[in-house]
Amino acid sequence: MKAYITVVGKDKIGIIASVSKLLSDNLINIEDLSQTILQGMFTMIMAVDISAAQKPLDEIAVLLAEEGKRLGMEITIRHADIFNAMHRI
Amino acid sequence: MISKKEILETVSMIGKQHLDVRTITMGISLFDCIAATAEQTATKVYDKITTYAKDLVRTGDKIAAMYGIPIVNKRVSVTPISLIGAANNEYLSLARALDRAAMETGIDFIGGYTALVQKKATPFEVAMLRTIPEALATTEKLCSSVNVASTRAGINMDAIAAMGKLIKETAYLTRDRQSIGAAKLVVFANAVEDNPFMAGAFHGTGEGDKVINVGVSGPGVVKTALESIPSGDLSEVCEVIKKTAFKITRVGQLVAQTASKMLDANFGIVDLSLAPTPAVGDSVAHILEEIGLSSVGSCGTTAALALLNDAVKKGGIMASGHVGGLSGAFIPVSEDIGMIHAARKGALTLERLEAMTAVCSVGLDMIAIPGDTPPEVISAMIADEAAIGVVNNKTTAVRVIPAYGKQAGEEVSFGGLLGSAPVMPISTESPARFIARGGRIAAPVHANKN
Repeated sequence: MKAYITVVGKDKIGIIASVSKLLSDNLINIEDLSQTILQGMFTMIMAVDISAAQKPLDEIAVLLAEEGKRLGMEITIRHADIFNAMHRI
Repeated sequence: MISKKEILETVSMIGKQHLDVRTITMGISLFDCIAATAEQTATKVYDKITTYAKDLVRTGDKIAAMYGIPIVNKRVSVTPISLIGAANNEYLSLARALDRAAMETGIDFIGGYTALVQKKATPFEVAMLRTIPEALATTEKLCSSVNVASTRAGINMDAIAAMGKLIKETAYLTRDRQSIGAAKLVVFANAVEDNPFMAGAFHGTGEGDKVINVGVSGPGVVKTALESIPSGDLSEVCEVIKKTAFKITRVGQLVAQTASKMLDANFGIVDLSLAPTPAVGDSVAHILEEIGLSSVGSCGTTAALALLNDAVKKGGIMASGHVGGLSGAFIPVSEDIGMIHAARKGALTLERLEAMTAVCSVGLDMIAIPGDTPPEVISAMIADEAAIGVVNNKTTAVRVIPAYGKQAGEEVSFGGLLGSAPVMPISTESPARFIARGGRIAAPVHANKN
């Protein structure tokens, strides 16, 4: 099952490390990763596979949001279906 | 593979432009709840709703988390209570059972305290209509609707005369809460049976046992998209609206399919309506202003709204397997920050709003009028709207709040999605003799299609 994670906020040391650790702790595999600075904000997009994760997606979303709060960033995860629905016919 | 640009577009639509799913509404048939006594019927109604909708809120929240999109309301609509209560000629106990079931399941609203009397009310329906003010005054989450006209049946002017009085009485009984009861009562022409939106949702007699209907939203997304073409011609404006409506509706379709599966219910329809909220950046009025009006209510408003309404449908229809409900742009005054602003400064009048209802869904909606407005004036407003709906083969409705003790220019505030609004002036000329005549206005000639 595929999902996309977005991380947006002020750039700082250790963002990727923190997020990757959380994902690895929850058996989530990162398949693709890109980062850029958009309008002065650090913006990272991760394509992940959550098939092996023990927790359901809504619980993972809460964990990521909490981690985001700790880092002062906004972190979201969404099932790939919403992007496919919107952008692919 | 989804591109970075597409991912960020979706994230921004949801995070910054207020894209949300306005409601997942579960339609539940209550025909099998009719029992020998009123008490037994009420118990069966309560039991069926609390069983069927037990997981509705939890499922809605789960889907919201999965796709990262707010699902603002979870609602239930039921078979018109005038039909369910007729056998025992008892309705208020059903109103209370519905409200208790809504509280128990944690849903936001329950609709279906409804009568369909477009040609003539039966004695049972007359009795049910009389209970509406008390039902709305003594419940929290119950919504009521009455269909008084249709293109095939014509206009039931007796029912319309009664509704003017009932709306006034409902406003009076809830006068300590800004007459909020009237905000939960809508009078329809050509009511639809699969509408997920309140206050007019009910579960039609031709529907299945348990159905999921979804209403999307997203005026802010349409406005933001239009900001990219400030001087594009109107064909380009239509294209941008269509593309945006397509994306919005695809989300609605995804949510509706997922919810139907998880709740083991039939997927009914996606309602394409652009539904505003009082939040900044979530206004249909501001779309019209982005199209080129200095204020909603100016000359050109009806044309711009017609364009918007049509483009939303054209974009949305391809995005969903089954489109239904009201499907158009809503113009509820108190629920749209741009409409509120225009009404306050006098740019948006009742007469302009009436013209707007001829080209969009649905009608004179969430409009506060002076508390001393005579009932026959309210009835005549309903008759005007019904005439527009019946002649143009579309749904129209009236949901006005005669704000008790308030005059034109004062404000009412309902809070939440219902918003706040200035009390709008209304013609003081009297239609009393017209309304007192009663009877029916015949169906128009183009109703005879067979």
